[in-house]
Amino acid sequence: MNIKSVISNSLRIAWKDLIELFRNRMGLVMLVLMPIFMMSMVGFIYPSDTSMSNVSVALVNEDEGYGSYPSASATLIMALENISNSTGMMTITEASSLDEVREMIQKEEVEGGIVIARNFTVSLMTGNQGTITIVTDQSNPQMSTLLQIALKEVFEQMGTWLAQQNVQGLSPAVNASNSLAIVKPYSVQTEGAVPGHFSYFDFIAPGLMAMTVMMSVMTGLPAAISHEREVGTLDGMMVAPINRLAIIVGKTLAQTARGILQGIIILALAVALFGVTIHGNILLIFALLFLGVFSFVGLGVVVTSFAKDQETAMMVMMTLMFPMMFLSGVFFPIQQMPWYMQGISKFLPLTYVSTALRKVMVLGAGVSMITTELAVLIGFGIVMTAIAVPVFRRAMTR
Amino acid sequence: MIEVRNLTKNFNGFRAVDHISFDVKRGEVFGLLGPNGAGKTTTIRMLATLTRPTEGTATVGNYDVVKDDDEVRKLIGLVSEKIIMYDRLTAKENLWFFGRLYGIPKEVLNERIDELLGLVQLGDWKGSQVGTFSSGMRQRMNVIRALLNMPKVLLLDEPTLGLDPQSSVEVREFVKKINREKKTTIILTTHMMVEADILCDRIGIMDHGKIAALDTSTNLKKLVSGDDTAILELEIANLTSNMIASIQSLKCVSSVSQDNSTHIKVHASGNGVFDTIIDAIRAEKGEINSVKNLEPTLEDVFLHITGHEVRDKADQKIPMRAHRRFMPRRRVR
Repeated sequence: MNIKSVISNSLRIAWKDLIELFRNRMGLVMLVLMPIFMMSMVGFIYPSDTSMSNVSVALVNEDEGYGSYPSASATLIMALENISNSTGMMTITEASSLDEVREMIQKEEVEGGIVIARNFTVSLMTGNQGTITIVTDQSNPQMSTLLQIALKEVFEQMGTWLAQQNVQGLSPAVNASNSLAIVKPYSVQTEGAVPGHFSYFDFIAPGLMAMTVMMSVMTGLPAAISHEREVGTLDGMMVAPINRLAIIVGKTLAQTARGILQGIIILALAVALFGVTIHGNILLIFALLFLGVFSFVGLGVVVTSFAKDQETAMMVMMTLMFPMMFLSGVFFPIQQMPWYMQGISKFLPLTYVSTALRKVMVLGAGVSMITTELAVLIGFGIVMTAIAVPVFRRAMTR
Repeated sequence: MIEVRNLTKNFNGFRAVDHISFDVKRGEVFGLLGPNGAGKTTTIRMLATLTRPTEGTATVGNYDVVKDDDEVRKLIGLVSEKIIMYDRLTAKENLWFFGRLYGIPKEVLNERIDELLGLVQLGDWKGSQVGTFSSGMRQRMNVIRALLNMPKVLLLDEPTLGLDPQSSVEVREFVKKINREKKTTIILTTHMMVEADILCDRIGIMDHGKIAALDTSTNLKKLVSGDDTAILELEIANLTSNMIASIQSLKCVSSVSQDNSTHIKVHASGNGVFDTIIDAIRAEKGEINSVKNLEPTLEDVFLHITGHEVRDKADQKIPMRAHRRFMPRRRVR
C-alpha cells in the first residue's frame, strides 16, 4: 500500500463527503449560521470595551457649603455634567438622600449613585478630605465595577485639579506647569506590544476560531464515521482494497474543510463587525488551524472506535469538548485559573492552538516565535494518530 | 474457491458462528439458509474481511481472510443486507466513487458503469440521487455496486430482503445471469426457502451458528421424502373427522394434517399408497375434488433437520401444523 494511493483515496473520500455535505441544504445553512451565532453572541454580549454609555446615575448633593464661600460641590457637579454630556457616558438624575438612591437602585431606576457628603465644602476649606460616596448595584457586579472605575477616575482628575489650585495658592514658586508634577510626581502610561487599539474581542477571536474549527472536526468526525457505520455504507469502503488510513484521512480532510470554512466565517465577521485586525500571516493562521486539527483528530478516531453508535459518539465528544472549551484559555486567560486547572490546561492541544493563534493574529508573531506550540501540537498529533490507527483498524473488524 | 475450516465467532460470550466448515467450488452458487440470528451474516462478514474470526480459518481464492485481507478484498464483491449507497450522491457518482476505490481506470469505469446500469434497467436514472429511488431500485444499485470490480466471488447477504415479489424475482434473475455469464462464484444467505431452492446449487442449512446439513436441494429433499415417500394434498368437498381418522389408521400413512375445511395433507410411504388412501376416503363416501402429489419443500427439510421451523417467513404460507415455537433471540451483529 503506497503513500500515493492512500492520498488519492483519502481525497476521493473527502470529495464524496463534501458533495454530500453541500447537497444537504439544511446542514449547510446550519454550518454557516453556527459561527455567525457564536460570533455575534460572544461579540455583542461580552463587553468589547470598558466604556459605558447612557448609564443612569442618581446624584445626591447634601453639601451645605461653608459660610459665604461658594459650595465646592457645585463645581464638582458642573464638571460631572460636562463630562457626561460630552461623552454620553451617563445620565444624571437628582435624588434627595442615600436612602432614596438605594431605593432607586432596588427599583432598577438607576444603576448607581453618587452621594456628596454634608460637610464636603467645610472639609475642603478647613484642610480636611472631602468625602464622596459611590453607591453601586451589587446584583450587577460587572456594571458596578465599571461604574466605580469610571467615577473614581473622574473624581481623581477633579481632585488633582483642585490640589493643583491649592498648591499654587500655597507657594508663589509653584506655577500652572509644575503644579501637576508636585501633586502627581509621575504619570503612568500603558503601551501595547504592537500599536493600535485592542479590545477583549482581539483576545477572544483567535481562540474562538481555533475552538470552532476543532469542535467542528471533533463532533463531525465521530458523527460522520459512526453514521456511515450505522447505515452500512462504511462496509463499502472497508471491503474495498484500500488502506484504512485513507478512510481516516479522507473523513478528517472533509471535516477539516468544513471546520476551516466556519473559521473563515468567524474571521471575516471578527474583522468586519468587531474591528479585529490581523497582524500576522494569514497562511500561518490556517497552517496552525490544520495543525490543531491534526493534533485532535486521533482523539476523535479513538472515540469513534469505541462508541457503538452515532449518539454515543456525540455524547462522549460533547463531554470532552465542554471542559476543553473553558480550560484552554479561549474565553478566560489561563493565568486567571487556579494552579491545578492551569495544569490540566497544559494537556489540552486547544490551549496551544489558541495561544499560538493569538500570538500570530494579535502580535503578528512569525513561526520562530511559536516553535514551542508547534512542537507540542506536532507531538500531540503524532502520539494520538499512532494510537488511533491501530485502534480503529481493530474496532472496524470487530 | 472458498475453504472454510472450523470458522467460529464469539460476540461478548455469545457464539454466533460455531465451528463451521465448508467448501465452495469455482462458479458455484452456494446458499446459507437459516432463520435470523443463525449466524449467516456473521459468516458472510468474516468471508468479506469485515469481521475477524475468533477461531478457525477461511480462505478465498487461496488467500486467508485475516492475513491477506487486501488480496481477498480485490477478489470479492459484497452485497450487504444494508444498502451501500450514499443517498445524496447520484447513481453514477456512487458507482464512480466505489469504482475508483478499486483503482479501476477512468475510461474502463465509465463504460462499466453504463453497462451495469443498463443491465439493471437504471440507465435513465444515472444522474438522479439514490435517495430518491424506490427500494427495489436501490437494491439493484446495491447489487451492481458489488460487481464494479468484476469480482471472482460475489457475497450476497439477504439480497431480496424487504423487496416486493416482483423486485425479488428481478434480483434473483440477475444473480443467476451473473453466475451463468461471468462464471462468478456466489455465496448468498437467505431465510427464504424458495430463494435458496431457485438459486443455489448447494445449500447449507444453518441454525444456531452451526451448519446442520449441506447438500444439493434435491438431495436435501430426499432426506425427508426418501424414494418411496409421497406427500399428497387432497381436496375433499365433504371432509369429516371420521375420514381423517380412517386415513390416519392406514398402515402406510405416517401423518395427516388438515390445512382447512376441505384440504388435507398426507405423508405416506410404500407401494400403492394412492389407491389405499383413495379407497379409504371412498369408503367414508368422500367426494374427492383433487389430488396433488407434492414434492417435499426445503421448508420440510428444515423442519426435519432442525426440529423447528424457519422463523420470519412472512413471504410464504406454510401448512398449519403443530410446531414448536422458539423464543426469538436477540440479533447479534
